[in-house]
Amino acid sequence: MALLSNTTILLGKELRTEFRSRELLTTTVVFILVVVVLFSFTFDPTTTESRRFGPGLLWLAFLFAGSLMLQPCFLREQVNDTLSALRLAVEDPFPIFLAKLAANTIFLLLTEILLLPVFSILYNVPILRVFPQLVLVLFLGSLGLGVTGTALSAISAQARMRELMLPLLLLPLLTPLLIASTEATAALLDRNPVLRWDWLGFLIAFDVIFLTALWLFGEYLLEE
Amino acid sequence: MAQPTAPSIGLRFENIDKRFGGLYALRRLTLEIAPGECVALAGRNGSGKTTLLRVAARLVRPTHGTVTYTGDEKSRARIGFVAHSTMAYDELTAQENLTLFAKLQGVENAAERVSRLLEEVGLSERRNSLVRTFSRGMRQRVAIARALLHAPSILLFDEPATGLDPEGVSWLAGTLRNLRDAGCTVVMSVHGESEVAALATRAVRLEAGRVAADTRTGAKTSAILRFADE
Repeated sequence: MALLSNTTILLGKELRTEFRSRELLTTTVVFILVVVVLFSFTFDPTTTESRRFGPGLLWLAFLFAGSLMLQPCFLREQVNDTLSALRLAVEDPFPIFLAKLAANTIFLLLTEILLLPVFSILYNVPILRVFPQLVLVLFLGSLGLGVTGTALSAISAQARMRELMLPLLLLPLLTPLLIASTEATAALLDRNPVLRWDWLGFLIAFDVIFLTALWLFGEYLLEE
Repeated sequence: MAQPTAPSIGLRFENIDKRFGGLYALRRLTLEIAPGECVALAGRNGSGKTTLLRVAARLVRPTHGTVTYTGDEKSRARIGFVAHSTMAYDELTAQENLTLFAKLQGVENAAERVSRLLEEVGLSERRNSLVRTFSRGMRQRVAIARALLHAPSILLFDEPATGLDPEGVSWLAGTLRNLRDAGCTVVMSVHGESEVAALATRAVRLEAGRVAADTRTGAKTSAILRFADE
């Protein structure tokens, strides 16, 4: 019960501080738009090529945007040492991670959903008829990105060369997630769209494994 | 401000080492603080005062040795901690900051408690202002209010008078006096003799991460505080 209530309280704080400053959302949306537009201008793909390469480009853009968005997640807590205040206020640190994970997943999803129409127009790939299935894939992929990114953000925030550390740790770790998300998205953007449950199952397993690891080892990640 | 605190808790540090890389911040430090004591920790910069307070707050795990809380094992929830930083969110108002921590700490009648504390620290008129618009002294008042929200049994203050104007220092001294008299254990790092340091019932000087002098073993408080200020 304390887990749920503390997570809700902390999620409220995360959303309130972000929507007040709009630092993360604005920069990430702009970054991801620039990447997708640049890809489109560089390759000028046909519809067939877009169906083939589009999902990969899309998820690469999400991954880069994610690493950009997740970087300040714990760094912001260091400015005034608010992380210490949180650690003193809650016995179990898991709600701190859960709230950050939920906020990061919401921000990522918002960014991705904003980007989809732009992608659809620039790459000439219709997405409307598979939109709900696409959102499911985006959700599972973003959750995986959020879990690993939140955990690694806690580690990298205490390291030297922290700005470089997160992408260096995150991107190799996310390779399986990138493959699964890309394959699931490609199957949905095909001429004969299909929801690939095998890849969805893989994404769910990825999310569960990393969430469990975060729950088990979270306390050690926050230690100074 | 003085809350009827739960039974006081004491602290026992036994053979504490804390190493950051190759540098020892604390080295074989042994110190016992009795429930209800008000201890001034003095020492030059880098002597280990801040690290000792963070170890006491269980924010830093010692490399070696043990910290024991006498009186209550589940004590993290009963610690009030004021650090060098303000430990408050710049993007939240003073009231939002205090309400957030009051809710997390399960403070009963959180709204009323926050309102009363804001009044006592002299920030009730600025309760809806973002903390980032505050001066250093005002931020310090928010920090102190946050530390007192849950009526802690042990207070760990790292140079609590930092940034406060003379009026603020007097207010802090009054608050600490009331807490000390109510039986709350207080451990604070100080620099030199001051109105706040004068409240201490015991003074300990740290040097290179070790206890170098202690009024409990015969050293004079004024000598300890003056030495640290040199």
